[in-house]
Amino acid sequence: MMNRIQQTFAKTEDHKCMSLFITAGFPTIEDTVELVLGFEKNGADIIELGIPFSDPLADGPTIQYSSNLAISNGITMNKIFDMVKQIRSQSEIPLVLMGYINPMLRYGLTSFFEKAQEVGVDGLIVPDLPLDEGHMIHDLATTHGINIINLIAPNTTNERMQLADQQSSGFVYCVSVTGVTGARDGSEVQKSVDQFIERSKEHITNNPIMVGFGIKSYEDACNISKNVEGYIVGSALIENIKEHFPKPEWKSEIFDFVHRLKFGYSRGGTRRLTKGSISLKTDI
Amino acid sequence: MPEVTIETYQQPNAKGYFGSYGGKFVPETLIPALVELEAAYKEAELDASFQHEYLRLLHEYVGRPTELSYANRLTEHYGKAKIYLKREDLCHTGAHKINNAIGQILLAQRMGKKRIIAETGAGQHGVATATACAKFGIECVVYMGAEDMVRQKLNVDRMRLMGAEVRSVESGSKTLKDATNEAIRDWVTNVEDTFYIIGSVVGPHPYPMMVRNFHRIIGDETKKQLFELEQRLPDYVVACVGGGSNAMGIFYPFINDPVTIIGVEAGGLGVDTNQTAATLTKGKPGVLHGSMSYLLHDEEGQIELAHSISAGLDYPGIGPEHAHLFDTKRVSYHAVTDAQALEGVRLLSRLEGIIPALETAHAFAWLEELMPTTKKDEIVVVNCSGRGDKDMTTISAYI
Repeated sequence: MMNRIQQTFAKTEDHKCMSLFITAGFPTIEDTVELVLGFEKNGADIIELGIPFSDPLADGPTIQYSSNLAISNGITMNKIFDMVKQIRSQSEIPLVLMGYINPMLRYGLTSFFEKAQEVGVDGLIVPDLPLDEGHMIHDLATTHGINIINLIAPNTTNERMQLADQQSSGFVYCVSVTGVTGARDGSEVQKSVDQFIERSKEHITNNPIMVGFGIKSYEDACNISKNVEGYIVGSALIENIKEHFPKPEWKSEIFDFVHRLKFGYSRGGTRRLTKGSISLKTDI
Repeated sequence: MPEVTIETYQQPNAKGYFGSYGGKFVPETLIPALVELEAAYKEAELDASFQHEYLRLLHEYVGRPTELSYANRLTEHYGKAKIYLKREDLCHTGAHKINNAIGQILLAQRMGKKRIIAETGAGQHGVATATACAKFGIECVVYMGAEDMVRQKLNVDRMRLMGAEVRSVESGSKTLKDATNEAIRDWVTNVEDTFYIIGSVVGPHPYPMMVRNFHRIIGDETKKQLFELEQRLPDYVVACVGGGSNAMGIFYPFINDPVTIIGVEAGGLGVDTNQTAATLTKGKPGVLHGSMSYLLHDEEGQIELAHSISAGLDYPGIGPEHAHLFDTKRVSYHAVTDAQALEGVRLLSRLEGIIPALETAHAFAWLEELMPTTKKDEIVVVNCSGRGDKDMTTISAYI
């Protein structure tokens, strides 16, 4: 049986899949569920819900900021599971938890996977758990029907790409640049990413490929994801929230940004690009 | 003299685990760098010319072997076992840290890396790295918590004088933990041409093993020197433990010997308060900075802020090999408070004319507990890991 992530890729075959990352509990604990549901209405196909950690060593200043704020807001693992439960009662959007291993270990890995399955989590990304240490969660994930999504980077060898493909389900996360998370100048990413994507496609044959790190606009997304199934945006979205929160109507601004990320034009606006690099079928 | 064997104690395993601790918990981007490092280190370890160059520099530049000094007045003070001091405070730059910095920079050079980064807490590792980089003419960037830069201003000035760029880290607690996060982020970003010189027996494999091996010369020399002086092994070996590099350096060669080994952690204001850095005494296993070990963290797995009067011990983690030696009870670990450490500084200064670093003073403070339990015909060796000049601002406030 296909799970929600696989169903999503089957459905989005004619357009790019957009996955959005938001730190759970940012900007407030009360806002997360409404933000996620709003993202879905405005074009998000997958949601990555970030489990905040005090020492996020793979993240740049933006996600460090949102994580610290969420921790001082009093976020806990159980509150995150509650959020998932609430979202799941209103939506079938695939939900991927993304977080560092330590909070999961402290919660207890068995309890973590049991609870994740119970509330309706579909996948898990652990940036500080490379393939070498993946055995720690592999069996639990399989037992509880949670997809493990591994990351690969431009300096990942062909052999390890194949290994990442074998050990992943749902999709493989291509980190477009060597570095931490954060919005970057699009052209900086574009320069090196094409060759890397080409190599990834050669070695990742079982899973869809999603590309992330550094994407901040519709144009970046089109360029960077032109040969893969989709793209991931995190830091740029959080920057946008940081800029507008807590002005009146701030959520409306954010949803508009999400809509532009996906379609290239504002909600209720007209599409700037009629034919586009965003169509998978015309591009490959 | 018995052979220093590693026949019975073979740690870590091929995956970098000491029992259940260690491993490589880093982003995938760093895996190629760790694989490359491990291969280069293995090759260098077996290369006689590398070992020769390392030992030559330790001799000519660092001033090794360091003395094993009989502490006659300290011994008289307690009236029990004989106390010897392994004088790492006499190393160039004033602490043991330079042994490792020299070893790693030779490796960096061998691997063709053009840029060195390091993290530092007390500044001793930063100074050691800056020193090695000046000696080798390599670009050097040191990450240091903003709070530590105030506490250890002298070391900041020393690093800058030797041409290193000291980057102030403003995130989190603005101490060693955050400086380490920033150094890892730099490494992830500049992994192609940058070598990260980690300053303690922490981080992902192979660092804990490699740093230990670059410091084992402390224990090897101690064993040899004590045989020359006393024709026997010590009964006790004592060292302070933050991340734990000076301790692993002196402990490792004695692990298979009938020697009582004691590590002394920084208790801060007391292990019953939340102002402590006693990781093994108060912490629980978890993952930070690339390895599984004991950590100070809350119920949610968020890392807690450590506290110690000594910037070098002010760290919520500890090397994975110490975690293993703690679980297996091969080494016993204890904690002493800030106040006890200051008393240790005073005692050693007055009785031996040696002003120890605040880190080192923790080891001396434990003698108050240990010495009454020893016998006159026994021998205690304390690793005098560093000198206290850098701490004079802090110490002055208490004298």
